[in-house]
Order: sequence, then C-alpha cells, then structure tokens
Amino acid sequence: MPEVAAGTGTLLRAALRRDRWLILWWSLGISALYWSQAVGIDGLYASQAELDVAAASMGENTAMIAMAGPARALDTVGGQVAWQSSAFGAIAAGLMSMSIVMRHTRTEEETGRDELVRASAVGRLAPVLATLLAALVANVAVGTATAASLVVYPLAAADSIALGLGLTLVGLCFTGTALVAAQISASARTCYGLAGLVIGASYALRAVGDVSAPALTWASPIGWYQGMHAFSGVRWWPALLLVGATALTLALASALLQRRDIGAGLRAARPGPARAGQLLSSPLGLVWRLQRPTVLGWTAGLWLTGLAYGTIGDDVESLLGDNETTVELMTQGLADPVAGFYATALLMLALITSGFAISSALRPRAEEEAGHAELLLATIVSRRRWLASYVVVTVGGVLLVLAAGGLGTGIGYALVTGDGGAVLEYVGPALAYAPPVLVLSALARLVHGVLPRLGVLAWLPLIGAVVVMLLGPVLRMPGWVQGFSPFHHLPAIPAEDVSVGVTLALLAVATLVSFVGQFAFWRRDIG
Amino acid sequence: MRTAPTGASVPGVDAPIVIQGLVKTFGSTRALDGLDLEVRAGEVHGFLGPNGAGKSTAIRVLLGLLRSDAGAVSLLGGDPWRDAAALHRRLAYVPGDVSLWPNLSGGECLDLLGRLRGGLDPVRRDALVERFGLDPTKRGRSYSKGNRQKVALVAALAADVELLLLDEPTSGLDPLMEAEFQACVREFRDAGGTVLLSSHILAEVESLCERVSIIRDGRVVEAGTLAELRHLTRTSVTAELERPAPDLAGLPGVHDLVAEGERVQFEVDTAQTGAALGVLVQAGVRTLTAQPPTLEDLFLRHYGDAPDA
Repeated sequence: MPEVAAGTGTLLRAALRRDRWLILWWSLGISALYWSQAVGIDGLYASQAELDVAAASMGENTAMIAMAGPARALDTVGGQVAWQSSAFGAIAAGLMSMSIVMRHTRTEEETGRDELVRASAVGRLAPVLATLLAALVANVAVGTATAASLVVYPLAAADSIALGLGLTLVGLCFTGTALVAAQISASARTCYGLAGLVIGASYALRAVGDVSAPALTWASPIGWYQGMHAFSGVRWWPALLLVGATALTLALASALLQRRDIGAGLRAARPGPARAGQLLSSPLGLVWRLQRPTVLGWTAGLWLTGLAYGTIGDDVESLLGDNETTVELMTQGLADPVAGFYATALLMLALITSGFAISSALRPRAEEEAGHAELLLATIVSRRRWLASYVVVTVGGVLLVLAAGGLGTGIGYALVTGDGGAVLEYVGPALAYAPPVLVLSALARLVHGVLPRLGVLAWLPLIGAVVVMLLGPVLRMPGWVQGFSPFHHLPAIPAEDVSVGVTLALLAVATLVSFVGQFAFWRRDIG
Repeated sequence: MRTAPTGASVPGVDAPIVIQGLVKTFGSTRALDGLDLEVRAGEVHGFLGPNGAGKSTAIRVLLGLLRSDAGAVSLLGGDPWRDAAALHRRLAYVPGDVSLWPNLSGGECLDLLGRLRGGLDPVRRDALVERFGLDPTKRGRSYSKGNRQKVALVAALAADVELLLLDEPTSGLDPLMEAEFQACVREFRDAGGTVLLSSHILAEVESLCERVSIIRDGRVVEAGTLAELRHLTRTSVTAELERPAPDLAGLPGVHDLVAEGERVQFEVDTAQTGAALGVLVQAGVRTLTAQPPTLEDLFLRHYGDAPDA
C-alpha cells in the first residue's frame, strides 16, 4: 500500500464500526421508500384501466413533474415506482453520504480527534480514503437493498438493478461533492451547509429543468439518475456521467486537501474583534449570533425553492386537463387548480422548513455537549432564560424562513405571469403553515428536555409527516393515522380559507408541548 | 415545586460552601457517595483527588448544573439548585476543559461572559488580558488549550465576585502564567475572597492553599490544614550509628526498616519521630538524614492505597 494510504484499512474498520447502525437504517428506510411505492400502486389501482386513467392525468401534471421528475411509463408499476421514488431516494442517499463524509472528516478535524489519528502511522490520504470507502459501502448497501427489494417484489430485474445502481452512483456523486465541501471551511457546520446546498440545488435544477428547461436537468446528478430511464426503456450511459462527476469531485477534493493545512479551511482564519459588540450582551443576542448563518442559509434556500415553484406560474391550470383523478390528487380536490397546486407547494415548503425548526430546537443540546452551556449557566443566566432564547430564535426563524419561501413563490409567479400584484400574495399563506411546523419543533424541544441523549428521535415526526403526505392518499391510510401529522389538520391554504380554530389548536398544542419540554429541561442535569 | 431532595441549606453555618453527605448517582455509578466539604470564608481551599474521584461532579452540583440525590448543600448561604442564577452573581467559575464557541473571538467570549455575570470592569479586563498575554482577536477554534483556559480565567478574575470555583484551572498554562495565576489568586484572597481550587499541581496547592480536602471514590478521605495532613504521614530517616540499634524494630510507628550493620534506613510516622530519634541517639549517631514528608507522599498515599490504609 502506498505510503499516503497507510492505515486506511484500520480506519475503514473503525468508521464502519461507528456507522453500522446508520448504514442499516438508511438502507432499510430508502429501500422501503421504493418498495412501498410498488405496494401502494398495486393496492390503489385494481385494474390496468384504472392505472391508465391515473397515469394519463399524472403525466400531464406540471406540479408532480416538478416534484418527482419527468413522467415516463406511468401506466406501469415500475414506472410509477421510479417516478415517485427516485428524486427523494437520491436526496436521501445524498444526505446519508453527506453525514458519513462530514462525521469522518471535518467534524473529526474540528474536534481535534483527527490530529490524534494523524499522529499515528497513518498516511495523509488515509482518513479521506477510509471515509470514501465507508460511503461506498453505505451506498452499495442502499442500492443493493433497493434493487433486491424490487427484484423480489417482483419487478423487471434489469430495470430494478438500474434503479438501485443509479441510486448507489448518485449517492457516490454526492459523496464527492460533500468531500469537496469538507475541504472549504474550518467550520464543520459551514461544510454541512455547503454540502446540503449542493443536494438542494441538484433537486431544484432538475425540477425547473423537467418542467421548462431540459438543459438544466442535465446539470443535475439527480437528473442523470432519472435519465437512466429505469422501467421505461432503461439506458445505462447516464450512469457514466455519475461516475465521471464522482471522479472529478474526488480529484478536486484530493487536490484541495493536498494544498491546505490540516484543521484549516481554504482561507486562513481572519482575526476577530477584540471586543464584543452590543449584540453579545444577552443570551438572546448570543443565540442569534450563533444561529444567524443557519437561519439566513435556510431563508435563502427556501426563497429559492419558492421561486422555483412560483415560476411554474399558471401552467398548472392548462396542464391539469379534464381528468378528475388528477385534479383531485394534485389540487387536493379543490375547485381552483392553481390555488390547489400552490397549497401543495406551500405544504412542501413548510415540510422543508420543519427541518430547520427541528435542528434549531436541538441546537441547545449541541451547546450542552460542547460544554458551552456550562460556561453560560455558571453566570447569572438562568436555565429558563437560556433555553427561552433558543425558543425565541427558533420561532422567529421559522416565521422568517416560511415568509421567505412565500415571497420567493410570489416573485417567481409574478415574473412568469407578469402579475406584479402577486409578489406578496403567498407570504401570508406561507405563514399560515407555521403552526404545524412549530408543533414539530416543540416535539423536538420535548425530546431535548426529556430524552436529551436521543435527539435523533425528534426527526421521526417529520419523517412521519412526509410519509403521510406522500403515501397517505396513495396507500389510503385511515384518517386517524394521517391525523398524526400536524399538517394533515390544516386546510389547503391558499385554496381554502385559514381555519382560526385549527390554527389556534395547533398553536396551543405547540405551546403546551414546548412548555413541557422546557419544564423537563429546567429540572434535569446539564450535560 | 421540587420533589427530589436537593440541598436544603445547612442551618447555623456561614461558611461559603458547606456540603454534608452529598450523594450523586449517574445510572448505577455513584459519583458522589456521602461527600462532606467545608470551605471557610477568606481561604483558598485545595480540592484534591485522583481522576474520576468526583471533584468536577461536586463542583457542578455547587453550580446547580447537576441535581443532588441526597445530602445538604449550602452555597453562599443559599441552595445552589434553586437559587442558581442569583448565587452566580456572587461567584465565578473556570472549568477544567474550557470549550469556547468556535467562531467567536476570545475578546467576544470575555465580554459576553463578563456581561452575563452582571457586567465587568473594562480596566480590570484589559489589565488581566495584558497580564496573561492573551490575544483577544483569535477565534475560539484556533486557541490552544492553555489560551482557552486564559480566556475563562480572565473572565472569572475580572468579575466582581466573592467566590471562585476553579476546576483544574491551570492544567494548560506555562510556568510564567502559572505564577501570574497564583499572584492573582493571592490578590483575590487578600481582598477577602474565597476560593475552591481543584488541582493536580501540587506545588500550586502547597503555595496557595491553607486547607485541603482529599476526595476519593466520591467521599472526602482527609481534610485539614497542610500541616495537619503532614502530621499523618511518615518521615524517612537514614542514619549511620556507632553501634547497632536493636530496639528500633520493636518501636511503634517504624516501617520498612532496613538495617545493615551500623547503617539503618526506615520510615517513621511523623507522630513517632521523637521516640525513634531517641533510640538512635542512644546508639550514637554519626550521620543523620531525615526527609520530611513531601506533598507527593501525602497524595500518593491517598491516591494509590485503599482509603483506610
């Protein structure tokens, strides 16, 4: 083994030891996403005739194309599986790859553990190689589980394998981009943000591309994956684009790594101010200062996502056609298809915002684990006030991020339709989605208060809400199951009117749950 | 509306820190197992013990970060859990492992901690920054361990408080800074302040502390002034005599006796030193070396052996 790679095997075993559960759960979760679509389609449509009718309408539906991908062979179960799952599967594989890359590279550097490893007989490239191999193992596991579950279902073997292989390759492509992102900043948090941005941009590019500008689709790894046309005349050459992009990003990451110092970013750290500004005079000021980049990043991201939805403009109306199934599916059975489409878009924006809300509610836990909470709570800042500062920033951040999403939607819509009055039209409706988002963040706060070591549980309600939204109608889940999603209770705003009762009830639940979580935190040990 | 027994204040004592029978468990681990500790006003109290003995846990209970399971804790006359924020106005804390926010500069951390402690004196802050040779413009992530500790130390020493809780505050400091730290602690004590100092640096403890408590497995095994503790240890004696001294072996308090003709070497309990010397004098002393117990001996005895050894 060359000197620069010495110790890779040992590091890989250590990485897999740390990641084994993570890889298992991601593999099960992602393959279940694909497999459950097959079950859902077979369960929902009793005959081919019914599926044909639905397929004809779905295939013309701009909103669903923007969310899922180009409509191909939707009159087959395989085509439906590929269509409904591949974009979200690619995002999930990207997120898994990102977390594996970051936890073994930049996070290790930031904490100084990497230094300890590098002081032993370990080659300069070994930690990165071990990370890459761990990500390879994880993505192969995900792709294999997905392909195998579809082959066993049974669907056509070659197409199932193409769908699984493409998933592995798109995951590896995002491994490459994450490795590049990990070289850029000395802050793990910033590197996470950059890697996430690449995944989000890939999704947004293909969304706009699939609807109106095919060239953009070919700028996105998710577009290449879907370009393999699994279950609709599978072709293999787009896989080469994924392989090529992976190779390029890995070469770039390696070049960046070789010319930077360990522990440093690409730019030397600039000196900071010798004195604190007025902002750093209260816990609230500190929390805002710490959360500011995150809040602004999400705000920009949601604004762009909203913009992408908005640029679909009124196309929805002309493309929905006269098929009743479509109208019912995509406009949530509402009279005004445009408003119905934007209700779905705002719901998507709200679900994405929940990601911010939950991570923000879990931030104080990270502060506890880092030992920062100890420093602050040894001053005259009480536990209540410290945690309340996080609550304020989380709630304010949710409102800001949602408003930005609504504003982006309005601006996109106004640009396409020329209706200048629409710019602010979706801000209010977007904010109407805040109560269920706040319920999810309150649940995260409850986890932080009661089970601080199991913060990952806080993500389950969001996963549940996404599953209910994507699969609830398809699988015909009973109402009480769908009712577990706080979003399920909200009317389809803006197509339907805001229900004051529901809004107040959700806010009351959020407040109560948040308070119980805070109460538990006041009474438990710190750290 | 507290239900679990926490530190009810101990009546009739006005020492800044009084802990009686403190118990703290984490799952099946008994981190503190009936700890008693008293720190008197105006003293620098050394808090010693091997790694994992429970020193940091005790300090974190005093800070109200951890809830006690049993026992009574009085901090500055109040309950450290219930009155945490109010009591913290009167104390400052330096953790052993200082973790700063990676993207805040040292100066920002200093000002933040000072303001959150109720305001800090900018003149004193600048003087301390100067004294400790701290560069306040570096970011938290680029400070070394010693420099992170300096930030926390300056923030604590610049505060207008009556009690310092220091948990191995100097483990990363260089000798010059160590001397500066000791000078600062003395100034603080001379101005009437009280200090609880957890430390493994024996020279520091010896030069700063009037009284020490040695903790092991969650309880205090020895407490008192350094002189008192020395009294409990042994002096090692080497002598050349004019004739053999056979009585020595039977003397109470004499240990590890090695006699080679007229040359003897032994350890003697400090309380029995006089009697042992008497026997030596009877045998006629040619040369005599007596080494008083060092602090190392004191600690090694408590750290290494069973507590009742």
